[in-house]
Amino acid sequence: MTGNSKTAEDGSFRESGFADLINKEHHGSGKAVSLPCRGRDIALKAGLGLLLALAMAFIALPVLALFLRSPLPSIAEALHDPVVLDALRLSLATSSITTVIVVIMGTPIAYVSARFSYPGKELADSLIDLPVIMPPAVAGIALLMAFGRMGLAGHYLSSFGISIAFTTLAVILAQVFVSSPFYIRQARTSFEDVDIAMENAARTLGASRIRTFFYVILPVAMNGLLSGAIMAFARSLGEFGATIMFAGNFQGRTQTMPLAIYTAMQGDLDVALCISIILVAFSFAVIVLVKVLTRRVYKRC
Amino acid sequence: MRHEQKFVAIAAFLLAVSALAGAAYDDELTVFSAASLTGAFGEIGQLYENETGMAVAFNFDGSQALRTQIDNGAYADVFASANNKQMNALRYSGLINNSSVVVFAENKIALIIPKDNPAGIDSLSDLARPGLKIVMGTKDVPVGDYALQIIDKLGNESAYGPDYRAAVLANVISQETNVNYVVTKVALGEADVGFAYISDITEDLADKVDKIEIPDEFNVIAEYPMAIMQESKHPAESQEFLDLVRSDRGKGVLERYGFAPA
Repeated sequence: MTGNSKTAEDGSFRESGFADLINKEHHGSGKAVSLPCRGRDIALKAGLGLLLALAMAFIALPVLALFLRSPLPSIAEALHDPVVLDALRLSLATSSITTVIVVIMGTPIAYVSARFSYPGKELADSLIDLPVIMPPAVAGIALLMAFGRMGLAGHYLSSFGISIAFTTLAVILAQVFVSSPFYIRQARTSFEDVDIAMENAARTLGASRIRTFFYVILPVAMNGLLSGAIMAFARSLGEFGATIMFAGNFQGRTQTMPLAIYTAMQGDLDVALCISIILVAFSFAVIVLVKVLTRRVYKRC
Repeated sequence: MRHEQKFVAIAAFLLAVSALAGAAYDDELTVFSAASLTGAFGEIGQLYENETGMAVAFNFDGSQALRTQIDNGAYADVFASANNKQMNALRYSGLINNSSVVVFAENKIALIIPKDNPAGIDSLSDLARPGLKIVMGTKDVPVGDYALQIIDKLGNESAYGPDYRAAVLANVISQETNVNYVVTKVALGEADVGFAYISDITEDLADKVDKIEIPDEFNVIAEYPMAIMQESKHPAESQEFLDLVRSDRGKGVLERYGFAPA
């Protein structure tokens, strides 16, 4: 197994993707730059320090404001509001299902993309990445034009009595559409980082392709896959634009947490704040989790 | 060096674009208006521009969304709401010039259906049929509030039965934050029926949607108030706009869109 951990080390340095963004500080531990003039050095440091403080305040202030706008007890009271409970339940359920779908379908796609080349691979890879760049509102109207009752495919589905738009299924479809690249990109780099020599060794020792995948490749890539799945889950939880256009906005059926914030803000602000605080707490948890998961890989070096 | 040049070029481009976008529009009238007035106020705004030479910038959205925006600091000269509730909320916050408030039009709710009427709806009792796709507003947007009042009235009527209200609400597939989204979903054929204003079935939409009127005994009268904002930098011009809306020509436009000018 020494060979195994060796490759994990090699791989860890090339690991990139979204988890990489979160764990950036592990890369650039270069030496301090020494400038000839000491005074200029201090001025530069002070300037950079000020910039950093400003940037941190810019992000921290709005987050803090969420907690300070209303007294916390009245926000906590909003936790019992059916709007909050329905949105929480729906968001967790749909995002979980989405993550399962994305992992099951995305893992083989990511592996193929990392290991094999086939005609049209460039095009396929670009298509897979497209939803990251595509504005969610565009995704929403595109999904509606495809799967709506009058849509390209929805037209045929509805003649079989299947309707997708404005159902919970539409919420999941929208989430899969926007969050799949977050997993696939991360999984692709994780697979690329697995040393091909290990794969070949397992195959020459008589392991089947499937066995090699599950017993050799998957364990090495696991942390990367997990953090990719968490990022996809987080993206699904935050999905707004595509959902409201393709799935509509109905409490308990299609009104996920971001939609509930949008709707409640025009009525009961405390409800909107309550859901926002839950989502902020969740975002923090995601960052910590991804950090811990990817750091374990780094620690092995 | 090439990299630096690239960097400078990109920075210059971004600056130029943002300077263009940031050009100030000081001399225009900002009107926050209920989404149901999109057509009518669009025309009246054109009249106003032709006469005064002052441009009008409209923000059409659900009255509750506009109220939220104004409450949180959005600048407007004139606010036109589709119900008194949102206007009163802003009066309560002290943001409205109280003496300028005037109800200028009345509207009614109607059922709006796609032209080919895929669900075969021809009466109010059809709304309770299981599997029907209904769109309406959220409880906060005036058009949703009015729709809920109508469903309550119908539910209290013995002819429709005790389960009517629950059955209708169970058919709702989406609650939209302004009436234009309700109309769009029906016009696209994605919903079987929607609760919208009688004024929403415009000439432009006549080939896409039909309406089913709701009898007056169950209907509600939607009152539209408008007012000048306390912070308006153009109170005189705002008053001119209000006057134009209430002039014979303004009334003519409103009537053509199905409103009853007050």
